[in-house]
Amino acid sequence: MSAQTLYDKLWNSHVVQQDADGTALIYIDRQLVHEVTSPQAFEGLKLAHRKPWRTASMLATPDHNVPTTNRSGGISDPISRLQVETLDANCAEFGVTEFGMNDIRQGIVHVIGPEQGATLPGMTVVCGDSHTSTHGAFAALAHGIGTSEVEHVMATQCLVAKKSKAMLVKVEGALHKGVTAKDVALAVVGKIGTAGGTGYAIEFGGSAIRGLSMEGRMTLCNMAIEAGARAGMIAADETTFTYIKGRPFAPQGENWDKAVTYWKTLHSDEGAAFDAVVELDAASIRPQVTWGTSPEMVTSVDGRVPDPASAPDAVKRGDWERALHYMGLQANTPITEIKIDKVFIGSCTNGRIEDMRAAAAVAKGKKVAVNVKLAMVVPGSGLVKAQAEKEGLDKIFIEAGFEWRDPGCSMCLAMNDDRLEPGERCAATSNRNFEGRQGQGGRTHLVSPEMAAAAAIAGHFVDVSKL
Amino acid sequence: MRKFTLLDGLVVPLDRANVDTDAIIPKQFLKSIKRSGFGPNAFDEWRYLDHGEPGMDNSKRPLNPDFVLNQPRYQGAQVLLARENFGCGSSREHAPWALEDYGFRVIIAPSFADIFFNNCFKNGLLPIKLDADKVDALFKAVEANNGYKLKVDLEQQTIALPDGTTYKFDVDAHRKHCLLNGLDDIGLTLQHVDDIKAFEAKHRAAQPWLFA
Ligand code: SF4
Repeated sequence: MSAQTLYDKLWNSHVVQQDADGTALIYIDRQLVHEVTSPQAFEGLKLAHRKPWRTASMLATPDHNVPTTNRSGGISDPISRLQVETLDANCAEFGVTEFGMNDIRQGIVHVIGPEQGATLPGMTVVCGDSHTSTHGAFAALAHGIGTSEVEHVMATQCLVAKKSKAMLVKVEGALHKGVTAKDVALAVVGKIGTAGGTGYAIEFGGSAIRGLSMEGRMTLCNMAIEAGARAGMIAADETTFTYIKGRPFAPQGENWDKAVTYWKTLHSDEGAAFDAVVELDAASIRPQVTWGTSPEMVTSVDGRVPDPASAPDAVKRGDWERALHYMGLQANTPITEIKIDKVFIGSCTNGRIEDMRAAAAVAKGKKVAVNVKLAMVVPGSGLVKAQAEKEGLDKIFIEAGFEWRDPGCSMCLAMNDDRLEPGERCAATSNRNFEGRQGQGGRTHLVSPEMAAAAAIAGHFVDVSKL
Repeated sequence: MRKFTLLDGLVVPLDRANVDTDAIIPKQFLKSIKRSGFGPNAFDEWRYLDHGEPGMDNSKRPLNPDFVLNQPRYQGAQVLLARENFGCGSSREHAPWALEDYGFRVIIAPSFADIFFNNCFKNGLLPIKLDADKVDALFKAVEANNGYKLKVDLEQQTIALPDGTTYKFDVDAHRKHCLLNGLDDIGLTLQHVDDIKAFEAKHRAAQPWLFA
């Protein structure tokens, strides 16, 4: 057989049936479910008198709407509460495993899947959420789907799909101190643009990627969607196996050995052909900060807000002007002179234990600047929170003046009470800086956890690589 | 799902690139557990001057007169003309639900985000990719001519302009079939129930840990 990419292997091993035009039925191994994109799918099932094909493949948790303080008091917004209660009721009715709001295993779907060992190499993983690409870090084929497709997968265990093209993003060399997977992700989006990966499945490879921890790999694959690619993936290796071993849903005993033997084949073969290859030099990547209202509007911390007059074309010039207006920024302002009002550390991009540790290391023994009204740390799951507390990270944050919250999506999209007020500027470790994303009129700058913590302390952006 | 065959519809131009799904339907409206009723909140932050929340009487809210959808000449538009990477961002199907509920049936742009593109077809909305220079020409024509309409024929895969020009467009055969006939995928997929069961048995034998 000719050399195959990792994507070829994952795709080929899940094709149930394929039409002449390439439309295929793909078998789905794992479906993650949250409260926002599932109620209409469950309702559709009920209306058609259908049952889920294989409930054991499903794992559910509420994350988008949950409060991050005073959780025992319940959800005060009645509409949010109804959505979470609807998830509870649907899971109970159909026998779907759910980590409810007060379960210590509750958290952001993309944090808890891997944490539980419910995301495994070689799997197809879907969720009604675009950041499902996160799970590709485990050499899985994982991508977001719409609610109609959620219902389709529930009813048939399959997805109707056509194979994408394959792109290799190769990052060779060593990352400098203070440069993280988040900076690599933002640098990739900056290089290829938010539509650069449209129609592709991206594999991240190269020595810098192999050197990343699983947390870092998840951060990177998480943001494949910000480059337009539905799926991001990374070959499985010892780092992958070590992370998975012993987790609750991971294979055990004889199955473990069998699984690892198979997982070791989950990499692109020597000489496999990609439709596109993008190369980045790890050593040239600096800490990144977005300045606009699209993740591709990004520069390094030692850069300046660009001048729309230097935009490559008229459409871009208009976009940049609109973005600067919305962001309340002047062209040519040095990034390090941008002052912030709030800080958000968390989300499915950077809400894992390593992110908590990295931010805490920067905050340790320091104080949040007086001009920063709120600096919040929101762990990605109850287990991340518990681990961080075991390590005393919560105390470091609290002493420095950060708020230490309960797990959920929180101010990544501000569906609960955590949000920016109009005009407020935020250093955020999440993945989207769209207009209104963190609250109407709110201004988001995407950065790594280290950069966010450092900005909280200084009150403006600073170059963490120089701390 | 509503069928799509032919449309002779008024066009509204939305002249921005990278219109994301947060802009199409802001998150506070995602709290609904229903599929319908999102139309009045499509483009909520651009369309109204106040802050919208679920449960408000939208007919009483102050409209933003500068937003293109609010201009009298574009009332009743069924074709949305947009720029590149339309529908980027989250996978929320509430975005096509909102556009469809507003009254759109066709969206024309040089490119679309993958998940959004896919979601449109499940909801009787036809997204059409046209070359950027053609889209550019359409923007100019729409702005220059009041009441500018396009005739979209899915069967023939054509867009007819008022000046007599016709553009061909591509559409995937499977999606076209479903849209023309108003078919939803689940019924079609379940015709392959034996294939799925056979695959599942083979898959279970090869990777039993996936079924533990
Ligand atoms: S943390 Fe943000 S991006 Fe991630 S799933 Fe939640 S809302 Fe979506």
